[in-house]
Amino acid sequence: MRRPVLPGFGLATGVTGVYLGLLVLLPLAGLLAKAGTTEPGRAWALFADPRTLSAFRVSFGVSAGAALVSVPVGLLLAWVLERYRFPGRRLLDAAVDLPLALPTAVAGIALTTLYVPDGWMGRLLAPLGIAVAFTPLGIGVALLFVALPFVVRAVQPVLAGLDPEADEAAVILGATPWQAFRLVVLPPLLPAVATGAALGFARAVGEYGSVIFIAGNRPMVSEIVPLLIVTKLEQYDIPGAALLGAAMLLLSFVLLAGINRLQGRSGGRHAA
Amino acid sequence: MPRSRPGLGEAPAWRGLLIGAALLLAAWLLVLPLLVLFVEAFSGGVAAFTAAVTNPDAAAAIRLTLVVAAIVVPANTVFGVAAAWCITRFRFRGRRLLQVLVGLPFSVSPVVSGLVWVLMFGAQGWFGPLLSDTGLRIVFALPGIVLATLFVTLPFVAGQLIPLMGAQGVAEEEAALVLGATGPQMFLRVTLPKIRWGLLQGVLLCSARSMGEFGAVSVVSGRIRGLTNTVPLHIEVLYQEYDIAAAFGVATLLAGVALLTIVLRAGLDLRGEALRVRGSQARLAVAA
Amino acid sequence: MHIRRRAALGGLLAAALPGLQAYAQPSPATLLNVSYDPTRELYAAINPAFAKAWQAQTGQAVQIRASHGGSGAQARAVIDGLEADVVTLALQPDIDAISERAGLVAPGWRGRLPNGSVPYTSTILFVVRKGNPKGIHDWADLVRPGVGVITPNPKTSGGARWNYLAAWGWALRANGGDKDRARAFVAELFKHVPVLDTGARGSTITFAQRGQGDVLLAWEDDANLAVRRMGRDRLEIVVPSVSIVAEPVVAVVDKVADRHGTRALAEAYLRFLWTPDAQEIAARNFYRPTDPAVLARHAEQFPNLPTFTVADALGDWPAVQREHFGDGGVFDQIYKPGQ
Repeated sequence: MRRPVLPGFGLATGVTGVYLGLLVLLPLAGLLAKAGTTEPGRAWALFADPRTLSAFRVSFGVSAGAALVSVPVGLLLAWVLERYRFPGRRLLDAAVDLPLALPTAVAGIALTTLYVPDGWMGRLLAPLGIAVAFTPLGIGVALLFVALPFVVRAVQPVLAGLDPEADEAAVILGATPWQAFRLVVLPPLLPAVATGAALGFARAVGEYGSVIFIAGNRPMVSEIVPLLIVTKLEQYDIPGAALLGAAMLLLSFVLLAGINRLQGRSGGRHAA
Repeated sequence: MPRSRPGLGEAPAWRGLLIGAALLLAAWLLVLPLLVLFVEAFSGGVAAFTAAVTNPDAAAAIRLTLVVAAIVVPANTVFGVAAAWCITRFRFRGRRLLQVLVGLPFSVSPVVSGLVWVLMFGAQGWFGPLLSDTGLRIVFALPGIVLATLFVTLPFVAGQLIPLMGAQGVAEEEAALVLGATGPQMFLRVTLPKIRWGLLQGVLLCSARSMGEFGAVSVVSGRIRGLTNTVPLHIEVLYQEYDIAAAFGVATLLAGVALLTIVLRAGLDLRGEALRVRGSQARLAVAA
Repeated sequence: MHIRRRAALGGLLAAALPGLQAYAQPSPATLLNVSYDPTRELYAAINPAFAKAWQAQTGQAVQIRASHGGSGAQARAVIDGLEADVVTLALQPDIDAISERAGLVAPGWRGRLPNGSVPYTSTILFVVRKGNPKGIHDWADLVRPGVGVITPNPKTSGGARWNYLAAWGWALRANGGDKDRARAFVAELFKHVPVLDTGARGSTITFAQRGQGDVLLAWEDDANLAVRRMGRDRLEIVVPSVSIVAEPVVAVVDKVADRHGTRALAEAYLRFLWTPDAQEIAARNFYRPTDPAVLARHAEQFPNLPTFTVADALGDWPAVQREHFGDGGVFDQIYKPGQ
């Protein structure tokens, strides 16, 4: 018998297309058009400005660092959540989403309070000579918080689909747990790890609310691109703000398209 | 039912070590920031906390935030279902692009998410002159706040549903159609029950985020006290009035929403798991 | 279940609709004052006083709404369509921007109200930790090794521009008008800044609450408020040998007020700022009243230090704004590496 054609293609695609068109494409096109009104000379001057370059370096460098750190932490959390049953597991599982649910500004104020020299964490770190608040390290802490859920959530479904017997067998056959993990468990997880890290990175690069409280915001040291955009806006430099926004947008788009590719390769069905 | 699957960590020592490390990391990275919030909020005593959250400006901010959520969440829910349906059920040109666009707002900086609406509807924006003739206000008023929030929270429901529906497949829907169900009947009786827990999780995250968005809203709000300040902006106001305890007090309201979301999701996950077909890969990837 | 859900939805809509209407229609006798950060407490006190006076005079009830933020950010919002009837901002270039970029304020706005449209003034003082452990007494002490200075970013904060210009003016005086040495001093000063917040209030919190730096450069009014709110036992104010007259300005946003039909009200509101009542409120909030009688009454709370204006020390505002704070201006150059 022929399989029936599912209904609703026109309606669903229509709603999706119109909604995305009005709410995403149109405003973003407006942004690009505004950025396009800048003369090339001024645009070049903006992107060649050491302060702009430094902001991009800080935003992308620290985000990459946070995404990298989120990999082992995320792998550990995903592993424990998928492989073990223990009291509080479900709560831990849900807590992973906390950074998505907690307002970023609230997270920023809370993290700053924790990491200033006389805060709970700052007090422990200050004697070691480690300053977190108002340094790039502080930005890293905020961005790690923001990026953390992504690796966990990307790895969990793949890990659930892996048969534990494979790594058990490896251990029985004489592999050390580390060898078994590295050779048997890790390879199939890698695309998911990369996807999660890339999503976390994409999210971290644009983060504003949680960063500005803890960053110190010094030009050339701890100033991030979103703050630079706000600064441009407040100096009535709308084309400059639009240019920086458009640059970030294009980078996000390229990154997301890449992530989509990656996901396409690793099974094709997870996430947008 | 939950089968313990030891695998690598068969040795109890390993198991304990890894669980301990995970709990420690979660306590440090996730729980500690939340804890400090509640401790600071009540540092001025319960009376100061109550005064902070019942202040007329706080009340106005809470009302505005709820109005925004009441518009944004249903809209993005309908969109999320439609987007997930067309992306997971059909193959067509431009499908990939659609999928990227659904996830895009998630990685656009919140500041840019606000800026785009100022560029569109601000007095100096593309449609600014048009609007000033009609007297209709978009930015620095409710519509702008709604638009910015819509944009930021657009991927949440769709992001939950796309992986879920992708994994579930279409066998039941096809069966319903073969048995003579109409499209709406099939959707209401077969699809909706299948996706409801995932849908609810998406709605919860979308709600929490729509109430907590700061960066995008701060660009389009205009910060008029008692009129266009949302709860996150009101927190900033209190902070800047050197009323730190009150700022943390109001912040605990949002943290409370976040916690409630988390707990409800944990509960939903329990129900979802009981219904889940064994071996299916329907563990949910987060929005985006 | 279905019925319940529909009822819930109806309830939600019913709750949302009156809200929507409230946002769509401003009631006729409202006035929006878009101001900068440190005036929150000032206008919270002035607004009810004006409303009372206006009602006594005309019988009309009036609601004054206030919006506060960084002065530049607020001017930007007005330019982009935030419908302010009046603006009360930190410095002249911000209202000039509204006038020039959007044409919302008629040119020559400074001549339409008394005293160049400056209803109250302030100055820049230092706030240090109790007991002044680093012995900071004057501008020269700010660049001593090991001294951390907290100030917001002059590109985004009006108060920070006053800080910057006060330092510049002192250095010019101390160096017999040598611009290069003044520039070197200010450059050195900003090397001592560990945290550069976007607004004055953020800086005060960084200093007082977060324990960063040894000295905070602050508006006189904000310094007094910070000491009162965040502990007399932890902070104290230091008065330098000389400082700047900070001149916040006010103006009616002509186009918006005309469109709203609130011109008379807006003008009365701003003129009210020069009445003895409002001047008294300003003095109580540590703004220096321009009314000599009120100032004399509060003389003990305003230290008598020699001051200079922007015009005395550096020339007229639009040129200063361009030269120092414009894109690629002196402040940007100071932050270039290798200098």
